[in-house]
Amino acid sequence: MSVFNQSRSNIIRLIFLGMFLIIAAQLFNLQVISNKYKKQAQENALFPKRIYPSRGIIYDRKGRAILNNTILYDLMVTPSQVKNIDTGYFCELLQIDTAEFRARIRDSRSKNGAFRPSIFEDLLPPDLYAKLEENIWKFPGFNLQERPVRVYPYNAAAHIMGYVGEVDSAVLKRSNFAYQLGDYVGRSGLEQSYERVLMGQRGIEFWLKDNKNRLVGHYENKGLDTPAVAGKNLRTYMDIELQQLAEKLLAGKVGAIVAIEPKTGGILAMTSGPDYDPNSLTGPDKQKNYAKLALDVSSPLLNRAIKGRYQPGSTYKPLAALIGLDEGVITPASGIDCRGYYYGCSQVRKCDEKVPGHAANLRLAIAHSCNSFFYNTFRLELDNPEYHSPRTGLMKWKEYVNAFGLGHTLGVDLPSEDGGNIPDTSVYDKLYRHSWNSCTMVTMGIGQDQMTETPMQIANAICVVANKGFYYTPHFVEKIDGEAGSEEDKLLDRYRQKHEVLTHIPEKEYDVVQNGMQDVSEIGTGRVARIPGINMCAKTGTAETYRIVDGRRIKLKDNALFVCFAPRENPRICIAVVVEGGGHGAASAAPIASLLVEKYLNDTLRTERLKDVERIASTNLMPKYLVRVQFETDSLRAAAWAIQAGDSTRLMKYITPSERAILLDTSARSRSPIFLSLMKNPVIKLSMMKNSSIDAPAQKAPSGGGAVPPVDSAFRKDVVPRKDTGLRRNTAPRKDSVSHRSVVPHKDSTRQAGTAAPPEPNPTSPEPEVK
Amino acid sequence: MSQRNPSISKGVDWSPVWIWFVLCCIGVTSIFAATYHDGDNIMQGVLSFKTDYSRQLLFFVFSGIIGTFILLTDSKFFTATANLGYAFGIFLMLLVFPFHSRIKGTESIIKFGSAFQLQPAELCKIFVNLALAKYISRIETNFTRPRAQLIAAAICLFPAVLSVMQHELGLALVYFSFFLVMFREGLPSSFLIIGFSLAVLVVASLLLEPNTLAIALTVIALIAIYILRKQIKRHKQILLLIVVIWIVCVGVQMFVVRFMFDHVLEPYQVKRIYDTIGKDYTPKNEAAALEIEQKSGGKKKDNNYNVKQSKIAIGSGGLIGKGLLKGTQTRYDFVPEQRTDFIFCTIGEGFGFLGSIVFLGIYLLLLWRIVTIAERQRSVFSRCYAYGVASVYFFHIVINMCMTMGLAPVIGIPLPFISYGGTSLLTFSTMLFVLVRLDADRQMVLR
Repeated sequence: MSVFNQSRSNIIRLIFLGMFLIIAAQLFNLQVISNKYKKQAQENALFPKRIYPSRGIIYDRKGRAILNNTILYDLMVTPSQVKNIDTGYFCELLQIDTAEFRARIRDSRSKNGAFRPSIFEDLLPPDLYAKLEENIWKFPGFNLQERPVRVYPYNAAAHIMGYVGEVDSAVLKRSNFAYQLGDYVGRSGLEQSYERVLMGQRGIEFWLKDNKNRLVGHYENKGLDTPAVAGKNLRTYMDIELQQLAEKLLAGKVGAIVAIEPKTGGILAMTSGPDYDPNSLTGPDKQKNYAKLALDVSSPLLNRAIKGRYQPGSTYKPLAALIGLDEGVITPASGIDCRGYYYGCSQVRKCDEKVPGHAANLRLAIAHSCNSFFYNTFRLELDNPEYHSPRTGLMKWKEYVNAFGLGHTLGVDLPSEDGGNIPDTSVYDKLYRHSWNSCTMVTMGIGQDQMTETPMQIANAICVVANKGFYYTPHFVEKIDGEAGSEEDKLLDRYRQKHEVLTHIPEKEYDVVQNGMQDVSEIGTGRVARIPGINMCAKTGTAETYRIVDGRRIKLKDNALFVCFAPRENPRICIAVVVEGGGHGAASAAPIASLLVEKYLNDTLRTERLKDVERIASTNLMPKYLVRVQFETDSLRAAAWAIQAGDSTRLMKYITPSERAILLDTSARSRSPIFLSLMKNPVIKLSMMKNSSIDAPAQKAPSGGGAVPPVDSAFRKDVVPRKDTGLRRNTAPRKDSVSHRSVVPHKDSTRQAGTAAPPEPNPTSPEPEVK
Repeated sequence: MSQRNPSISKGVDWSPVWIWFVLCCIGVTSIFAATYHDGDNIMQGVLSFKTDYSRQLLFFVFSGIIGTFILLTDSKFFTATANLGYAFGIFLMLLVFPFHSRIKGTESIIKFGSAFQLQPAELCKIFVNLALAKYISRIETNFTRPRAQLIAAAICLFPAVLSVMQHELGLALVYFSFFLVMFREGLPSSFLIIGFSLAVLVVASLLLEPNTLAIALTVIALIAIYILRKQIKRHKQILLLIVVIWIVCVGVQMFVVRFMFDHVLEPYQVKRIYDTIGKDYTPKNEAAALEIEQKSGGKKKDNNYNVKQSKIAIGSGGLIGKGLLKGTQTRYDFVPEQRTDFIFCTIGEGFGFLGSIVFLGIYLLLLWRIVTIAERQRSVFSRCYAYGVASVYFFHIVINMCMTMGLAPVIGIPLPFISYGGTSLLTFSTMLFVLVRLDADRQMVLR
């Protein structure tokens, strides 16, 4: 019987062999031919963990850190490990209720899985951190994770330093996806301009993960990992004490201050008012604070020093004089017999100075800021017989003005700089249908009409005068730590390039103009700015401004401007001050500039000047029309909300006549919250952690001395949470805390008190200009 | 010689024992690789008998002891007790119904205490194999007669039916592998062809639209008629046969398959089958959907996921593999059930294509050897038994490997000697040692 079926054993063997061949073929297919499984296995099991280097630190000219790093802590939770915890106590610590607790656990479970840690609460305030650290062992599944955070130890230079924020899709795309969602990137200021330098080089560590996404160990013994390289530090020209003083002086005002070192183009200080507390955009409440700032119509986030367009007013006159001299249409001896009116064009135009002979020559005309003289000069420049036509004249004139760095962006190392506006013939051709002459825009001769400049351009143009013909592009960063000639260092090459734009003008012509400017501070309109022992060249400016509010063009209070450089012999500082609605240039702008020059050159202020500092700092010049504008935007937003959410309770406040009246009230006894928040005196920035908390240990201490916001005692009553700082929860300000914001060194200033001359409290001869 | 030294080694062919030894070593190593985590104390793990690999090692040693005992027994013992053993096996399987404990959806396991459990359906394979051999080898059995064939089939399929009732479809299918034995012993080859054709038909009816397939079948039938037109002129029966076959085929693909899927198979099994051929399965009603969900433990990681992960693990091994304990997929539990049903992933990932081929070669060597042994037996009993062993191994190996590589639906069938599990290791080992024992007496005629 066995023989009968013998051949079948071979069939069975064949079946075995056949099936095994099929298996082998599939193995070959899976393991040798197809390589998608290898990739999928990598995706499954490898986790490239990004290691973030610490960002570079930004120092001022004396090596003080203006922008530093610190460590805050995030509370992380791994939902699967949360067991048997005292939820009540935990919630009490965090000040949340149990429903919120459960919701957050559920959230993190659904977002990130139960086995991976996710953030339960980010950026813990130091006191909460201290409490949690002591008790964290009681809460299995929770742990604290370090998070490096930017900190501004001096609470100053918010607009210049900028801030970091999470990348958005635009940045992602631009960077060619070098960043990932969730990465932080500089979003404004130097943080943005020098992002590449500051960010350093990210490292990657390859970790193995298991089926539940837990990291279980290093891959290949770290063989493939690349270490993180810390960002490079920036050394700036800034003087942080000068910056703080400038910010203090501009508090409660809309405007800008720019101080430049003429020899290098280095910016010593740059302020834009109103400003904000930079630390409020780093802490736990940054989103809320940012929203508040963004909704404020006084635009605290706007850096007016490089983005505000202002008519330069009379501060343009020194340039006009130089242009006239170079074109040969005037000479130092040219004069005009002005008695307070200019009759050159059909319309009679006023001049502030009525005393005969105040414009007998160029020097006097500058010193007294004679409008008639410069109307005349402007017309002479345009109607220069050499050009045969005011069209050519205007274009030639524009060439000169552009050479002073006006009408185009300068290329400062801050993002989104404005170029101002210098009109050319096409503008007037359009406006006046080709029929215009030098009288049409004669007010441009005194820096009005269509001419606008940014405060930085104003300062830079004066630098050209101070330098007698050249300038360096204004910039903040002097050098980047590391080797000279490196790729990063090349970023600064364009700032080392001298722009010899007007050096062909003979030195003696500059001397004439500088003489006039020196007279301004000694006998002319800007005497208030005089500092004993320092030869200062200055020029006041008062610019008429209009604004359309509620569809009507209203005349606002004049903008006050002031430019100066000092000392004349060897200019070390050049300042432009713009105060919106400040009235006459000498009234509100000149004293600010004067204090800053004194502070910078003497490194200190005389004792009697401290009074001025406090007086100016507490002066509020916020334009009242802002109340109306704020009301408008707020009510529009409330209306949009009412339509969107069907909830009109917010809107009612703006519609009800009685409440409306209260809100819009701008009288002295107004109870309008909008008005009060606007008129509130200088926003006090809690100068957090000036000394102690730059290093992390200070933060760890439960009572962390540095974490308590020391507040300028002079302004204690004015502390209002309008611009919440990042450390809002840090208890109340201590009474005994010393102001870190007050930059006035009391000790030093007493030494010089003797030599000081009393400053003139009130400006003389206001200079309203008529159009 | 034999009287003076009654060595167990007399007549024993050691080669299958060596292969058994090698495979068991590979098995323990694989389980070690699949379950070891960094920082585990290996010595402690081995000695404590709490880790899977140490327990498997224990079973390995235990199997060796049992094997020694088997080698010491007389071959006649197996023929004598074959029928009794069958009865005992069936009794064990029936015991499951009142005493089973539900583990992972099957109802085929009896638990003793907390540590050890027994799966009678697994063990029963030995008894069925012996009983089948015994029945076929009876002098009065004439296996060419359909009656004898039917009885033999009944012997094999009765435990299979019990298995299905215990929701162990995989083990039930194993009993079909005994048809190979019957084939060797004279079952007409048409059964094999018909069985194979049916399988092709079922798969085709799953893959293709019913109407498309019906048309295709009709076309095939017409072609057959055209080719055979001369024969049909002579013998009208051929035409009738073709028509009958056509009707049966269309009937199967149109109605039987659908009926099976809707009423006989459980929804999760249907889903697994659909998963294997890569089609989406939408349950007919909500109850079925619910059952599928329960089967997958409420997780999204269903069998489709298992197979995908298993393919990734094997595929990522590449040509030469990542090395023992270096596989990222198997080390970090990406493949579920990887110490039992998906143990081959560990080998595939760790040793790559070459390692897998060597591994496959060892199996083929074993099967080859068993067939050789079978053919050299004088007694029909031993031969039938040997073929039974080969068939059972073959079925396990092929289905398990195809399952891990996505060629077959996921049915819980262990890989012989490799997968973790005491009962299965003991069963497979016992089967082999009984064979070796019978082979030692290959000159005898056992009935």
